Amino acid sequence: MIRQSQFSPFSSFFQGMLDGVPIALGYFSVSFGFGITAVRAGLSVLTATVISLCNLTSAGQAAGVAIMAAGGSFLEMALTQLVINLRYGLMSLSLSQKLDESFHTPRRLLVSYGITDEIFAMASSKEGKLSPGYMYGLILIAAFCWTLGTYLGAVAGQMLPASLTSAMGLMLYAMFIAIIIPPARKSRSVMVVVITAALCGLLFHYSLPWVTSGFAIILSGVAAAAVGALVLPVNEEPEGEAA
Amino acid sequence: MSIVIYIAVMAGVTYLIRMIPFTAFRRQIKSRFFRSFLYYVPYAVLSAMTVPAIFYATGNMATAAVGTVVAVLLAYFDMPLIVVALAASAAAFLSGMIL
Repeated sequence: MIRQSQFSPFSSFFQGMLDGVPIALGYFSVSFGFGITAVRAGLSVLTATVISLCNLTSAGQAAGVAIMAAGGSFLEMALTQLVINLRYGLMSLSLSQKLDESFHTPRRLLVSYGITDEIFAMASSKEGKLSPGYMYGLILIAAFCWTLGTYLGAVAGQMLPASLTSAMGLMLYAMFIAIIIPPARKSRSVMVVVITAALCGLLFHYSLPWVTSGFAIILSGVAAAAVGALVLPVNEEPEGEAA
Repeated sequence: MSIVIYIAVMAGVTYLIRMIPFTAFRRQIKSRFFRSFLYYVPYAVLSAMTVPAIFYATGNMATAAVGTVVAVLLAYFDMPLIVVALAASAAAFLSGMIL
């Protein structure tokens, strides 16, 4: 009755690793950009690598590094991570409905570490229930490449000439653009939200410069998402079968 | 020392957001407003993180603007992430040698 769990733990682990390869390759390039950004912000190679290993999230880490560089408060750090990563809560909620019966609490505590946008997308598109072995394989290869990419990006950021690393400082932001523009082109409501958030970001930076970067991101992001939800609520269930 | 606290706060909050619904929470979110809000949050946050920070990412607003235009154009035509990122950096690097 449960397709995933009919395989042995090892073969589902291997299947997870296999499904994780395209995610891991994407993560490698994004985290390379993060490593360069982190070193440019004044962090050490070790700090950048540890941040990637224990956070496994691109937008949250980029905002976190900006707060560390600006000497922001711990409260600002906590609130920023809460808002930026709130979406993982919904993804975790959705995935929790899809776990097979061998997922006891310690296994859930382990797998919680690795719920990202891409891993959520891959796991939720899988037919049938999810086994622990499959999730371990998927997360392990993705987290490994995320951490390795950060390390290599940070090392490169320290060794390459400044003219090159300053241009590479654009990589992470260019990837954010590559993430938000295609859906914004296809959906008018996403476009409205993206433009509202960008205008809020400009407003805070130039009109209210005393608002620190983390709070500016929180307020702009919450305001733009709330405008979208009020004016253009999503019709379909975002997580398909989850309801 | 404060670096360790920063990382602990970051990682702790991020983990709890993932862990609590995954292990404990069993109900579905019914509110259409809240579901829509969560759907829009990633786009809103990424946009607010990018503007205006991207214009300061290279230390030279002119080269950053060139890179940004290249990134927006390539993203509009659905190029893969890594292509957009490398082309934007290359455009900023080359314009830095000319400007």
